[in-house]
Amino acid sequence: MENRPLEYDYTVTKMFMFTTILLGIVGMLIGVILAFQLAFPGVNLFLGEGLAEYTNFSRLRPLHTDAVIFGFTLSGIFATWYYVGQRVLKVSMAESKLLMFLGKLHFWLYLVTVAAVVVSLFAGVTTSKEYAEFEWPIDIAIVVVWVLFGLGIFGLIGIRREKSLYISVWYYIATFLGIAMLYLFNNMEIPTMLASAPDGSHVGGNWYHSISMYAGTNDALVQWWYGHNAVAFGFTVPIVAMIYYFLPKESGQAIYSYKLSLLSFWGLMFLYLWAGGHHLLYSTVPDWVQTMGSIFSVILILPSWGSAINMLLTMKGEWQQVAASPLIKFMILASTFYMFSTLEGPIQAIKSVNAIAHFTDWIVGHVHDGVLGWVGFMIMAALFHMAPRVFKREIYSKSLMTTQFWIQTLGVVLYFTSMWIAGITQGMMWRAHDEFGNLAYSFIDTVTVLHPYYTIRGVGGLLYLVGFLMFAYNIYKTMSARPVEESELQSASPMGA
Amino acid sequence: MDIAEFQAYGYFASTLFLVVVLYAYIYHLYSKKKNADGIDYEQYSNMALHDDIDDTPVASIRDDKKK
Ligand code: HEM
Ligand code: HEM
Repeated sequence: MENRPLEYDYTVTKMFMFTTILLGIVGMLIGVILAFQLAFPGVNLFLGEGLAEYTNFSRLRPLHTDAVIFGFTLSGIFATWYYVGQRVLKVSMAESKLLMFLGKLHFWLYLVTVAAVVVSLFAGVTTSKEYAEFEWPIDIAIVVVWVLFGLGIFGLIGIRREKSLYISVWYYIATFLGIAMLYLFNNMEIPTMLASAPDGSHVGGNWYHSISMYAGTNDALVQWWYGHNAVAFGFTVPIVAMIYYFLPKESGQAIYSYKLSLLSFWGLMFLYLWAGGHHLLYSTVPDWVQTMGSIFSVILILPSWGSAINMLLTMKGEWQQVAASPLIKFMILASTFYMFSTLEGPIQAIKSVNAIAHFTDWIVGHVHDGVLGWVGFMIMAALFHMAPRVFKREIYSKSLMTTQFWIQTLGVVLYFTSMWIAGITQGMMWRAHDEFGNLAYSFIDTVTVLHPYYTIRGVGGLLYLVGFLMFAYNIYKTMSARPVEESELQSASPMGA
Repeated sequence: MDIAEFQAYGYFASTLFLVVVLYAYIYHLYSKKKNADGIDYEQYSNMALHDDIDDTPVASIRDDKKK
């Protein structure tokens, strides 16, 4: 054993790559069902009246959001961490039995927690806080999973050979710390079995049921401090970590400006935490909190674009690679969509714009140009880059990848353009009134007008799902494609025709 | 001083403070390489490209211990 050269060990990466794909399919399939339910309400009953409880929109919606956020995205984050972490710290998981054990435990416990989430949400057990629907026993399991992730990060850093921490590592650390803090504070809750009514009598109720420690406006404030930063530390920070590693690596180009990457890092860390107020404009929270949220949101363009432009400039002089490599296409489109949604977000955070945008489909459009164009594309690109290296084989098919790219790009475009039109139409119709102040339209008028756009969104989502299935198939076939030499894996990934 | 006036001063002071911090950090990033054991941050920018397990680290932990 002694003589075998030391190699990186991708066991845990492979496990999380599997859940990234599996939960991606589940989450997006449910997304497509939701989209068609909004366009054609009959779809709520697609398994018949008897099962309507489990197939209606309201039961499935949290399953969609949690499957794509805590399933697909989080698995992608874990998979890339166990890959990128080893490589930039120049230390192998195989060097520490303890870290290897913790990594595997991390995965299996994560899988058990995911199963518990799926079952409980299907059963309708929920705390009703968006993106924090899990009841207390699951919350405790999530905390343990998260601690294991942290031990993995800091353990690997502890035994590293490379003293300097590469920028991606900073972003992973921030993800870990950010989510830890947010999750704990937002999920402070009391199991009802411990509570007693004002007259001193026992309340009881289901053992798993709990109530939040916050109420009213405080609850809203904590919830959106959490909700917004779940976007920050789940959909932005770790995805930036990925692009800072995978784009330079795949293109063979050094980061355009390392200083800019550091400046953007601290800028992002500082600004994001104050911007949550933009979810609560015109609500009961203090006016200054709303104004502060708006201001910080607008300034947030700077560090966001700092990272994105840094990535685009990394391709300086090498733009022919975008045409030549579908993998680079995915990443360049991802950073472009990142710029796009971080311009759109600040615009929506301006009070007068938000007065039209809030509660409408424009927000849903904003969400999905970010998650489909940026998060989804970047995670798929990361998996495409890792697959040849963890399986030591070339990517099964380049043309399949290119086709997937165009199908999904069309899907994203159909999704957000239809939601823009739907959202702004909705916003304008809700507020329209005659000279006496009577509302010009009733709710059903908006529903009728929006129907075609909902259908287009459904089609766009379906295209994205089809592309994702092509991706899954391509990765699956990669496992048995042509074996490659180490030398072929230096930068651009080897791909079969 | 009523609350609005207080807020205005607070707003001005915090903006000023943040601007100073921002520019101080940028200055730090650019000036660090000039002093004796300074670091040029740009030397880290190709770390992703040299990430094989037997590539030479930019700054090795072991070198550090030898010192
Ligand atoms: C500069 C950065 C950004 C700013 C200032 C921003 C701003 C906003 C605003 C104003 C809203 C609407 C709040 C409302 O009226 O309900 C919103 C919603 C949302 N944004 Fe962003 N956004 C940014 C970037 C992103 C990115 C990159 C993503 C995802 C990849 C994202 C995901 C979301 C999500 C999921 C919601 C919906 C939350 C909900 O209501 O459930 N945002 N954002
Ligand atoms: C196949 C692609 C997808 C389709 C068709 C789809 C569809 C939908 C639909 C119909 C909704 C409900 C909107 C409403 O209540 O009006 C929704 C919400 C949401 N989806 Fe997706 N989705 C897809 C992929 C994704 C992905 C990949 C992510 C994240 C990585 C994501 C994150 C979200 C979030 C955060 C919300 C809540 C938005 C809010 O509350 O404003 N979706 N999606």
